[in-house]
Amino acid sequence: MDYLSLASILGAVFAVAFGALGPALAEGRAVAAAMDAIARQPEASNTISRTLFVGLAMIETTAIYCLVIALLLLFANPLLA
Amino acid sequence: MKSPLESLPLFHIGPVPITQAVVTTWAIMALLVIGAFLLTRKLDRVPGKRQAALELMVSTLDIQIRETTGARPVPYRGFIGTLFLFILAANWSSLVPGLEPPTAQLETDAALAMLVFLSVIWFGVRDRGVQGYLKSFAAPNPVMIPLNILESVTRTFSMFVRLFGNVMSGVFIIGIVASLAGLLVPIPLMALELLTGLVQAYIFAVLAMVFIAAAVEHDAHHLTNRAPEGLVPPGEEPESSPTEKDS
Repeated sequence: MDYLSLASILGAVFAVAFGALGPALAEGRAVAAAMDAIARQPEASNTISRTLFVGLAMIETTAIYCLVIALLLLFANPLLA
Repeated sequence: MKSPLESLPLFHIGPVPITQAVVTTWAIMALLVIGAFLLTRKLDRVPGKRQAALELMVSTLDIQIRETTGARPVPYRGFIGTLFLFILAANWSSLVPGLEPPTAQLETDAALAMLVFLSVIWFGVRDRGVQGYLKSFAAPNPVMIPLNILESVTRTFSMFVRLFGNVMSGVFIIGIVASLAGLLVPIPLMALELLTGLVQAYIFAVLAMVFIAAAVEHDAHHLTNRAPEGLVPPGEEPESSPTEKDS
């Protein structure tokens, strides 16, 4: 096994692993804040949950980027072609 | 393992290869168009059950548009509603055995995001004129011009990668689990995938609406401030001010 494919597999693994850390923490904080807000103001829960969904999608995009990078490394690596 | 980034052609029409995603997209388009035509053929002033259900869908769409952006929903209803329904149908087309959702392919999502990019320009130019739209790139001050241009490209790109990544990763994970453990194990994941498909369709539509509203923002403020002059019937007043969202 040559070093380039080994390095790209390791790169893909680390990209997904560390790329999931930040968004996980951020989503936890966002959901906690939204729960807090709904508990204080249940009548505003519609607006809060709608904004929460959009915000969660934004946060999740960071992790999705890492996944796409990992897939590029594994399946469409220009160095291994 | 098959790479999720490339798609294999099913057959060729002349020199053009036709993939499975294209065929599914055509089927969904035909279904939506024919369904919409048949359902709206006989509209009545006193709605029956079918028309009441349709009106409920349209008014929900209007309320969502009005609450997220504060803009008047009439000019955007068609585009946003079509985007939402198409992406929803595409995401849920994986319910049909053997089909892969077309949004799990890069090309479909790139085309959808390109539509949003062009429609932002179209609505912006239509509401402000070419000069006014170009001037909006220099919004706080001219130093921001390169950043604003970059932003309008990268947000389109992130929309398309977001939809692609979410749907494709669902398909990928279900494939891996189904290859590991056979019969009933992937079902909870499939249910989760249905939820993801709904949320992603909603988010795509909302983000498209937010981007369009940002391009015509000046006008939206203007109209909502003057709405009581008979443009909006009483009781339908938007109370939420336009939200300042950005990606």
